[in-house]
Amino acid sequence: MNNRNADTHSLHLKGLDYSVLQQCMHCGMCLPTCPTYVETKLERNSPRGRIALMRAIADDEMKLTKAFGEEMYYCLGCLACTTACPAGVDYAHLFEMARADVEEQGVLQRPERNFWRWLSLEVIFTRPRLLRILGRMLYVYQASGAQSLVRKLRLTAVLPKSLRELEPRAPAVRKRFSNQLIDPVEKSTPTRYRVGLLTGCVQDILLSEVNRDTVDCLLANGCEVITPSVQSCCGSLHAHNGDLELAKRMARTLLDAFDIEKLDAVITNAAGCGSHLKHYDRLLADDPVYAERAWQWSRKLKDIHEWLVSIQFRAPSASVQPENRRVTYHEACHLSHGQKITRQPRQLLQSIPGLDWIELPESTWCCGSAGVYNITQPEQAQKLLERKLDHIGPTQAAVVATANPGCHLQVEFGLRQRGWDVKVMHPISLLAEAYRNESQHSRLT
Amino acid sequence: MKPYGVPDIVTLRAICGEQQVLTAEEDLIAYSFDGTAALRKRPAAVVFPTDTQQVSELVKYAAQNRVPLVTRGSGTGLSGGSLPTDNCVVVCLVKMNRILEVDTRNLTLTAEAGVLTQSIADAAGKEGLFYPPDPGSMKISTIGGNVAENSGGLRGLKYGVTRDYVMGMEVVLPDGSIAWLGGKCVKDVAGYSLRDLFIGSEGTLGIVTKVMLKLLPAPKARKTLLAMFPDMESAAETVSAIIAARIIPCTLEFLDQRTVQCVEDYAHIGLPVTAAAILLMETDGHPVVVNEEATAMAAIARDHGSTEVRIAADHNESLQLAAARRTAFSALARIKPTTILEDATVPRSELAKMVSFINEVAKRYNLEIATFGHMGDGNLHPTFLTDERNEEEMHRVEHAMEEIFAKALELGGTITGEHGVGVAKKSFLSKQFDTASMRLLREVRATLDPTGILNPGKICD
Repeated sequence: MNNRNADTHSLHLKGLDYSVLQQCMHCGMCLPTCPTYVETKLERNSPRGRIALMRAIADDEMKLTKAFGEEMYYCLGCLACTTACPAGVDYAHLFEMARADVEEQGVLQRPERNFWRWLSLEVIFTRPRLLRILGRMLYVYQASGAQSLVRKLRLTAVLPKSLRELEPRAPAVRKRFSNQLIDPVEKSTPTRYRVGLLTGCVQDILLSEVNRDTVDCLLANGCEVITPSVQSCCGSLHAHNGDLELAKRMARTLLDAFDIEKLDAVITNAAGCGSHLKHYDRLLADDPVYAERAWQWSRKLKDIHEWLVSIQFRAPSASVQPENRRVTYHEACHLSHGQKITRQPRQLLQSIPGLDWIELPESTWCCGSAGVYNITQPEQAQKLLERKLDHIGPTQAAVVATANPGCHLQVEFGLRQRGWDVKVMHPISLLAEAYRNESQHSRLT
Repeated sequence: MKPYGVPDIVTLRAICGEQQVLTAEEDLIAYSFDGTAALRKRPAAVVFPTDTQQVSELVKYAAQNRVPLVTRGSGTGLSGGSLPTDNCVVVCLVKMNRILEVDTRNLTLTAEAGVLTQSIADAAGKEGLFYPPDPGSMKISTIGGNVAENSGGLRGLKYGVTRDYVMGMEVVLPDGSIAWLGGKCVKDVAGYSLRDLFIGSEGTLGIVTKVMLKLLPAPKARKTLLAMFPDMESAAETVSAIIAARIIPCTLEFLDQRTVQCVEDYAHIGLPVTAAAILLMETDGHPVVVNEEATAMAAIARDHGSTEVRIAADHNESLQLAAARRTAFSALARIKPTTILEDATVPRSELAKMVSFINEVAKRYNLEIATFGHMGDGNLHPTFLTDERNEEEMHRVEHAMEEIFAKALELGGTITGEHGVGVAKKSFLSKQFDTASMRLLREVRATLDPTGILNPGKICD
């Protein structure tokens, strides 16, 4: 059973154009930017070391081992190496192919791991309605006071260890989800553009207000917004975790939810999703039915910051609430490294009058969230979180702005752990607040 | 002499500690190369000593059992100097990475061999001081590696190379004994200048474990200029003319069009991709002198056919330009699967001849060669853009390379300006050295390392 697909000729790494692997000329420029290499100083934990291992597998110089599998999951997938790489190595692609091989070869299979993968990847994150039902149940559990009772009585002791450790991390579920906050079609006058909005899976139930804020910012800038009320997960979770077939299925479902021909752009506000969504063209390149639409999709898919700057957004005339004015910005890896979007969020935030802007040192260093990394590699994730918090502290910011639900929840958790009174907000939420304050005549004080 | 032995892993663990010895296949593959193209070899083990004593014991063990040791830092070398050899133990010094002292009264900095070059520059900068050598890989290269290869960089023209900044060192000799060479005295003529023997010795004479470096006061001002040229020769002539005008700027970097395009493709900083060649020039020092020199260099460039001269607006833009230049070699890897970088160097007066010759060779062998380099030092980096899987083309690359080296020597130059001989240029060394020099080289090595355990097969046999 350890060989679900033992035919080595079917390895994704072998199927790659060899020049993708050979592109790495092992100069080492990536090493100082790789959080795992900096931690261990071991080559196998570095991008060029990992690529050397991938190449050895593709060249039949090494078998795909369990240790290789573990290495692929020790990698955060933060893609800092791709920003540092002058040679332009497509590490994101290599990494996804390698993880897919690891899963298909089954080198990491264990009953417990298999169960959680099945439950999350195959059951929950393929069914948006089920996810909302679970979200609703969790909301009731939290809002009814049951959670605090359980915590007080230490009832979590009956949970398996992995869940017990996760319980305190459980973020607060929102009272209303995206479909209760956003109409399927919202129009602005005058309308300059027509855009679709992706509400995400995690964001939909845990940070639904970010989606509402995104709509508000789009409306304020002359965009008509189409938001299908039920949307599936985009599949980034699946692709990043080695399940390419499910990732393709999710992509097709999402493509079906939008009439891409009639839209000027499809907007995402979650960095991790955006970084994946932009590659639907490659993911579905061989799909006879969807390839053409996927190609169009990839060209129209825009991160919200990128889109607003490209349509010359209107700077707000009012500020944010006084308590939210001292702001620093943590860059989500999949925005800065995955999509190379660094300038636009700053431009949006700095357009807000009266904002007290402080640059965060090491702003592009991973916070340890990295998808489900904080669950699969809690120790390394915690080290990265501490490093991030150590930089946040001296900024004395009241708000840490960040544009990805994973980072949002991770940093929020860290701040709570340290007992600091600092908020985490999406940059778009700050911008939306400033737009809202215009109509309330709450001008600069 | 008895044959090389196979390392005993239990002994290595006893010396360095259980966790500091790697033997898994996944690790050996990850340590089977350095920054040099197309060279790979798996070692028998990789060890991470954490202090000099451990290095000493490792060397003693290796000497007694004739086990080959290959020392390395971050593995960014460009001549295969830290490429493993058969059954060797890779001695990786990256965990010996403490800065031990910054002496602001004597302007020295003492550090363990595994400290990153960038960290040294930063530590000096914090005190308003300056460590000039800045090899392209300085963000990750280690100071030990820099000393072993006598690395250069972008500022060689005015400030010299690593050798000019090493005042002292701690070195483990091939029998395991520990020697301190040099010190903080600016003048010191006691005995031979032994430390100089180890600088650039590529890990064949000893293992440098600590380095004492000379620092300078940081220059008060700097100005960076970018000049565009319609052809490579006029850029080369500009460099010769600047030197002839008695100006020694800190940087005179040259990039041909292909290189500029690749760097711009990566860095997106608005480099002029249409010029056939550009010169990146920097002058530093007293503000008045800096202004004077910058104006003079701009005029000389225009007189020699430069179509446009731009001046960096501020310090940030200067840094951006220098940082972009440092990525040139790696950025060239965007074009072809294999990127082979050379560093043939000629006296500055011969630059234009060398540049034309490289272009001519590229045409004759039907090869793609991009050229950039430290033109102010006469140190060029003709870079072959090729594919190691294409045997026929690799054959042409070899011939072209031979011709380029021969020409460099004919012009009074050297086969390697800053990368070292390693294995990549080993076969060319005897063409540059006369018989007596080759013999001296071998005798020095055999005297220090009679059993041949340190980095065997590198530089010469």
